[in-house]
Amino acid sequence: MDWRQLWEICSAPDNVPIVGLIPLLIFYIYLAVRQARANDQLIAQLEADPAMAKTHHRKTWPFKAGWQKEVHVWPFLLRVEFLGAIIVTIILMIWSITLNAPLEEPANPNLTMNPAKAPWYFLGLQEMLVYFDPWIAGVVMPTMIIIGLMVIPYIDTNPLGSGYYTWKQRRFSISTFLFGFIIMWVSMILIGTFIRGPGWQWFWPGQTWDHNRLIYEVNRDLPDIFGITSNLGKGIFGAIVVGGFYMLGGGAVYSLFRRRMPKDFQRMSLLQFSLMTFLWLTMVALPIKMGLRLLWHIKYVWITPWFNI
Amino acid sequence: MAEDDKTKTTISTPSAPGTNGRNGKNGKVGLVEQVTTTVKDDIQSLKTDIPSKAKEQIEGLKDPTKTQVYTSIFRHKHDDTPRNRALGVLSNVFLHLHPAKINRDAVRYSYTWGMGGITFYLFIILTYTGVLLMFYYHPSKVQAFRDVLYLEHDVPFGKILRNMHRWAAHLMVIAVWLHMFRVFLTGSYKKPREFNWNIGVLLLVFTLLLSFTGYLLPDDQLGFWAVTVGTNMARATPLLGHEGPFGPQLGMTPYNDVRFGLLGGSIVDANALLRSYIWHCIGIPIVASVLMIVHFWRVRKDGGISGPAPVMLTEEADKPRRGPKAAGE
Repeated sequence: MDWRQLWEICSAPDNVPIVGLIPLLIFYIYLAVRQARANDQLIAQLEADPAMAKTHHRKTWPFKAGWQKEVHVWPFLLRVEFLGAIIVTIILMIWSITLNAPLEEPANPNLTMNPAKAPWYFLGLQEMLVYFDPWIAGVVMPTMIIIGLMVIPYIDTNPLGSGYYTWKQRRFSISTFLFGFIIMWVSMILIGTFIRGPGWQWFWPGQTWDHNRLIYEVNRDLPDIFGITSNLGKGIFGAIVVGGFYMLGGGAVYSLFRRRMPKDFQRMSLLQFSLMTFLWLTMVALPIKMGLRLLWHIKYVWITPWFNI
Repeated sequence: MAEDDKTKTTISTPSAPGTNGRNGKNGKVGLVEQVTTTVKDDIQSLKTDIPSKAKEQIEGLKDPTKTQVYTSIFRHKHDDTPRNRALGVLSNVFLHLHPAKINRDAVRYSYTWGMGGITFYLFIILTYTGVLLMFYYHPSKVQAFRDVLYLEHDVPFGKILRNMHRWAAHLMVIAVWLHMFRVFLTGSYKKPREFNWNIGVLLLVFTLLLSFTGYLLPDDQLGFWAVTVGTNMARATPLLGHEGPFGPQLGMTPYNDVRFGLLGGSIVDANALLRSYIWHCIGIPIVASVLMIVHFWRVRKDGGISGPAPVMLTEEADKPRRGPKAAGE
């Protein structure tokens, strides 16, 4: 166990925000889960008792007749905002006094940093470079993430859970978002920050960074396994595999969604449903491709003269 | 008082000699007399008027809210009445983004996490510290790194200024993510807030770009290689990058592709530093500010923050929430 190495990584000034992100995320997830559970309990209670549902104020916090439903912004909201501003200022002040922003040697194109890491918030994408070509990891993926986020309100037709925390009414959308945000985005950042060392190789926390370590990995392409050698054959094979993934996956999503969430399915138009399926399958394709690489050393699935996937 | 004033005026006005019986035959004597009377009169009035005016002044200062200066700045009274509490928010340009009254549960921290407001506050801090940093920074290869050294070692409070700018930027990225996380978990992107969610996604992108463009500016190894890694991806842009799918077929080379446009060259050098600087300090902040204005405006127009709203039951999902049908007709 190389504690010094571990400390060097964790205390690197630019890594401190990521170290801080972990407890923040845990705290806010706890806060959300607590409220979602309370709301779900209330919903179950009200659904079981229609008479109560008609009169209840439908929040988990107490409300009594005679209480005002609205409060003045001045001072009830502004004091919270003011307090928030003060707290953030204090945190920033202390942080700025105790920890210096990093400044390394002057930029030198002839001296490559190893590992050369992108800013921490892009490390998820950099981590994806291990599994995908740069045009996918660096261009297509960010574009799809942005587009995917933007279409969320237009493909999520479930009217429930608007304006309150809940889990039971929105299982699918919340688990999808958690998968994308926590597993695909945040944990990739954590791997990129704490695990990846020189040569972008995997070093467990506490393992000494060895700049001379070499790993002999023989990566194969999927067509090779099937003995396809001609370029045309590889191109057609890859198109079939990728197309097949979307066709079969689409079929599976259709079959499951129709049965598990009939109401949501009914509400969705054809365009909404196919967009949702496409984006969802694309997101799921990432861990699948990662698995192919890690378990069977498969580099490319689809090989053409112009691009490889 | 008014009549007295008139008499005095007449006496001291040289343009009206002879109208007063007290004028002597000799004009010179009359003049001396006139002056003496005037001065005596002035002394008399000093003894009475000034103390009374001073008293008035002191009385007035006891309630500064009644002074003309005060009332010209603050357009309403501030007695603790509901009307004045509302006006305090509505008639203030900085506070008028808020409604006068909000849902009693909307001020609960556990619901909003306050992350949107914290993001905005961090943006203000970043603008403030950023402008101060601009006074000491030249975006040129020769000076950029030295300017940072200068800031760290010689500029009074330069170190804390730079630290604060850096940490506030990191914190802003985290706050934006948490804000988006909260908005998703509470379903706040749902009707009628779809469009505002989209503005928010764009703001997220611009926050990351702001941070990214700032990374290069110290012109040290960290920034240089981070930006090199980042912009190398642009080589591989489909169609528009010289290493991307169909890029070479469309005539892309390192000297005309999208990466060249971003860096102003084929490598990260002086032009890239200048472009980063301009995007970081001028271009993106302006675009982001405009989007922020729209974002805040739409929060209000879409009915304020989304909740905490009363929970809906499953059987109510497809029923209209308002109008005669909602009442069960």
